[in-house]
Amino acid sequence: MNTEYETHDCDVLIIGAGGAGLRAALGALAQGAKVGVVCKSLLGKAHTVMAEGGIAAAMANVDSADNWRTHFRDTMRGGKFLNNWRMAQIHAQEAPDRVRELEQWGALFDRTKDGEILQRAFGGHTFRRLCHVGDRTGLEMIRTLQDRGVQMGIDVFMECTVSRLLKDGDRIAGAFGYWREQGRFVVFRAKSIVMATGGIGKAYKITSNSWEYTGDGMALAYGAGAELLDMEFVQFHPTGMVWPPGVQGLLVTEAVRGEGGILRNKLGERFMEKYDPKRMELSTRDVVARSIYTEVREGRGTEHGGAFLDISQKPADYVKKKLPSMYHQFKELADVDITKGPMEVGPTCHYMMGGIRVEGETTQSTVPGLFAAGEAAAGLHGANRLGGNSLSDLLVFGRRAGIAAADHAKTVQTTTIDPRQVGDAAREILTPFERNKEDGENPYTVHRDLQDVMQNLVGIFRNREDLTRALDELEKLKVRAGRLSVEGSRMFNPGWHLAQDLKSMLIVSEAVTRSALAREESRGAHSRIDYPNLDTTWGTKNNVIERDGNAMRLRQTAVAEMPGELKQLVADEK
Amino acid sequence: MAEATFEVFRGDRDGGQATTYRVPIAPGMVVLDALHHIQAHQAPDLAVRWNCKAGKCGSCSAEVNGRPRLTCKTRMDALPLDKPITVQPMKSFPVIKDLVTDVSWNYRVNKKIPPFTPRPGVKWKMYQEDVDRGQEFRKCIECFLCQNVCHVLREHEKMEQFGGPRFFVRVAGLEMHPLDAISRTGMLKDELGIGLCNITKCCTEVCPEEIHITDNAIIPLKERVVDEFYDPLLMLVRKIRGAEQV
Repeated sequence: MNTEYETHDCDVLIIGAGGAGLRAALGALAQGAKVGVVCKSLLGKAHTVMAEGGIAAAMANVDSADNWRTHFRDTMRGGKFLNNWRMAQIHAQEAPDRVRELEQWGALFDRTKDGEILQRAFGGHTFRRLCHVGDRTGLEMIRTLQDRGVQMGIDVFMECTVSRLLKDGDRIAGAFGYWREQGRFVVFRAKSIVMATGGIGKAYKITSNSWEYTGDGMALAYGAGAELLDMEFVQFHPTGMVWPPGVQGLLVTEAVRGEGGILRNKLGERFMEKYDPKRMELSTRDVVARSIYTEVREGRGTEHGGAFLDISQKPADYVKKKLPSMYHQFKELADVDITKGPMEVGPTCHYMMGGIRVEGETTQSTVPGLFAAGEAAAGLHGANRLGGNSLSDLLVFGRRAGIAAADHAKTVQTTTIDPRQVGDAAREILTPFERNKEDGENPYTVHRDLQDVMQNLVGIFRNREDLTRALDELEKLKVRAGRLSVEGSRMFNPGWHLAQDLKSMLIVSEAVTRSALAREESRGAHSRIDYPNLDTTWGTKNNVIERDGNAMRLRQTAVAEMPGELKQLVADEK
Repeated sequence: MAEATFEVFRGDRDGGQATTYRVPIAPGMVVLDALHHIQAHQAPDLAVRWNCKAGKCGSCSAEVNGRPRLTCKTRMDALPLDKPITVQPMKSFPVIKDLVTDVSWNYRVNKKIPPFTPRPGVKWKMYQEDVDRGQEFRKCIECFLCQNVCHVLREHEKMEQFGGPRFFVRVAGLEMHPLDAISRTGMLKDELGIGLCNITKCCTEVCPEEIHITDNAIIPLKERVVDEFYDPLLMLVRKIRGAEQV
């Protein structure tokens, strides 16, 4: 067994190269830190590239009445007041500067007639607030950050998977991983680490997420002793593609509804009138997803089990200009011309509100030197995220994480890598090669079975019986995942890579299920059939998960109380 | 259930061969779905790059029946199924394993390009008609299919003298940014060797984002280079001025 490894040194190691990771890298560089960025894919392919609708920021370019207070209130209301209020405040206050900064680094946003950045309407936002580039805002953002990073001189370690965090006593000392290309091992010695690894969508069968979103950051942080927060809140985006089978779950941007798209059931009824007559299609994602799901369950769904989403009442040229990638996606993959007829859509697992518990201003986790930003972190979005608040989250808290991580690194003299921890990590990830194919489990099969469990038992609507059964099933899957065997060599071996990712998915799946079982109410994205109403007692509590030896421990903490003026603000009906 | 036969390249930088797999066909299936099916049921170590599966990230480029394509957008019902579907890695880049190639050269070229540089004290106002041109180039998803088919790279392997269509598109995006203040024509001529392109438009044909690479990026950039370096009148003026300075 070859357990040799190479070593790289940096002050701040950033794991993940999407919007949060790249913005963190720029933040840390500006503080003079030596920065390394590790990512599982090639640079520029992270899931940020898929973000379509826009960046929420109260610039007031289109609706002059907008300001950070309204954005703050929308975010808190959307999150059903489980949000970390301080994060929601910082986010609303700083987002406009982060957008302007992107423009100054070369991003080309769509424009208003006056030459300002154009903003569009989105679910749950009082004003037209989303700065956008057609329906490819994420691509614009990641390219801008990537080019800026390259220019500033970040070291990017592409196609590299981190499988364990290394500690020096209580604090972070580095990370162990392997190059996906050759399978060789690598150790990063680092004084601070920023987790910017995104979400957990691949634990579900129907998801808009790519293979990378396996909850690595949350699982690694949990393993290193950090706490996870609000793990029951998994966002199902209301509109994913439902047909043909190969594209099931693929995202249909909320911008379709932002631009005037209408939802109907197979009877032609505009069903949002029943569920949210005031906001209709632009209700929050939790409400729209549940509404579509309910229509389908009650027999009013489309042929392939979805709802119709129609933008064809708008002029064809307008649709092609504002929603070009949707136009192509449906035309090429589903033979549907969205300028002429409706799309078929249904809910798809899209985003994780929960994640690593962080301190609001610095993004530091409960482990000294370990920071988290973007989807990997929890707090900003509470029980439900508003569309557009993710890209702004990446920028605002990516920057803060980078700065705080660099500041922390300055307080650390040296870090020592413990060779025993490295040896353990190396042996652990090589064991699947040592099992015979006949005795072992196929990682693809275990993954498929995990996705079935999460999709069927821990999905949009939940109840005690399903969740309890899910925990039993997850125990069995953990045993099976302990017996994985892989074929072939260490060289670019997707089966072996999946074996690593499965460990993370099993940890986050268990955390989601335990938190969902504990929360006996329905709030935001968490809907319990057996507890269909909001419960004011649960409204003051967050679920916290932490590791206790090999067991997962769950407890509740009190939601931090807002200062008086902010309380007034969210209560204000205007 | 109907089946399709695939011949997929299996191998590494030391060589390899096509391996045959049979895959059941589902409605609307794309080639990437078939590759995933092969991974899950027949060859778990088949190396393939992919991310978004929606034509937005540009990771899953390969040559399907000899044509450079994004496998996530190549529908099986658009291919003849009476003979095997061949899937090969992009030819212009060194193979790492199976369908995964070493595209790191592209990232090295990218580093050479001077970044967006606004005029000092500029007002951040831009109009839609002024950003339309630049936005076309910024649609690029870096699938590198244009680099793969460009004969300057594919046949003549001029990686050291030539940047390739992807980076002409990137430079065009910077040069046509309404608020950018610097000129990159010198580097287009020298480091990126734009003169080597003889506008056969192969790049434009394969672009999944339908960017008019040749007409809207390369030709206008070539004109800028010509205006700056090869205009006979300007050359004369420069010669006289240069002589005066001696």
